[in-house]
Amino acid sequence: MAIVSSADLGASRTLDSGTAALGPSVGDFVALLKPRVMSLVVFTGFAGLYLAPGHIHPFLAAVAVLCIAVGAGASGAINMWYDRDIDAVMRRTRNRPLPAGRMAPGEALGFGCVLASASVIIMGLALNWVAAALLAGTIAFYVFVYTVWLKRRTPQNIVIGGAAGAFPPMVGWAAVTGDIGTGALVLFALIFFWTPPHFWALSLYRAGDYAAAGVPMMPVVAGARETKKQMLLYTFLLWPVAVAPAWLGLAGAVYLAAALVLSLSFTLAAIRVWHDEGDGAAKRMFGFSILYLFLLFAALILDRAPGILGTLPGLAGGA
Amino acid sequence: MTMVTAMDDRARRVRARNRALLAVLLALVALFYALAIVRMGG
Repeated sequence: MAIVSSADLGASRTLDSGTAALGPSVGDFVALLKPRVMSLVVFTGFAGLYLAPGHIHPFLAAVAVLCIAVGAGASGAINMWYDRDIDAVMRRTRNRPLPAGRMAPGEALGFGCVLASASVIIMGLALNWVAAALLAGTIAFYVFVYTVWLKRRTPQNIVIGGAAGAFPPMVGWAAVTGDIGTGALVLFALIFFWTPPHFWALSLYRAGDYAAAGVPMMPVVAGARETKKQMLLYTFLLWPVAVAPAWLGLAGAVYLAAALVLSLSFTLAAIRVWHDEGDGAAKRMFGFSILYLFLLFAALILDRAPGILGTLPGLAGGA
Repeated sequence: MTMVTAMDDRARRVRARNRALLAVLLALVALFYALAIVRMGG
């Protein structure tokens, strides 16, 4: 109501008050779940589920993927609640529901906690409690270790915190097997070593935002040159991890070929970033990094058929 | 006039949120029903 009756207020203030008075829309609650991040989490979680040895009912598999998606969304909501002060400073995040004033902080926190609890309980009841515990650990790691502890304290925030994003395939694997196998650890390592060059590519061309918000991302603390060196180093570290599924018999020749081509392309992208003084190469590398992970896991799924949905003759691997 | 519009907008948002919540609750009922059938069948 302040919206329409306070003619002396400035235009933007008027809009903010009005938006707040309307209360959050359904879309605002969906935005809290970080749907774009969730899509990659769901895909890698599904990959873990699909690649795990053993069979579960397809409906239970769908429930497991749903729980992983909701758990990831809950983490995002709690992260947005905690980071609402720095989100308001950064251009990329200032239009999120909390910094834009469309939602009260308590609503976001409550929403996140309810979803986190529901996803863990349903995972435990429907699948098994190992997967549920892993899912709970993933949410807790993202919220307490990455968001609360590391993000504002060290440039290694996304290196250690990246583990949170690497857990979903492990959760998917555990949903089928009830334990954590070598294959699950390899899938974890794939995302773990992929995260630094992926995130640092973004932070290279958003360094100003992070500096303004006081977040010690690598380019802010150590400079662009050191960040580019570290990115290149991580793309090299990723090579043995990327081909490991083929060595371990989790995947075959199709995956191996895809992993080699993709890893070469990723390293070349990092070399281009190294030589580029502007933002162009970093932006392209960030985009390619998402495609890299998506294609790598797609190759794993296509190459290795046995799992929850049955067996395709001739493609069976040996995990 | 504009105040009436703002109240309408607010009522519309509340209605949309309530409907979304109803959909979620119905989906949960269906989910637990299907889960029970699948788990008992397995």
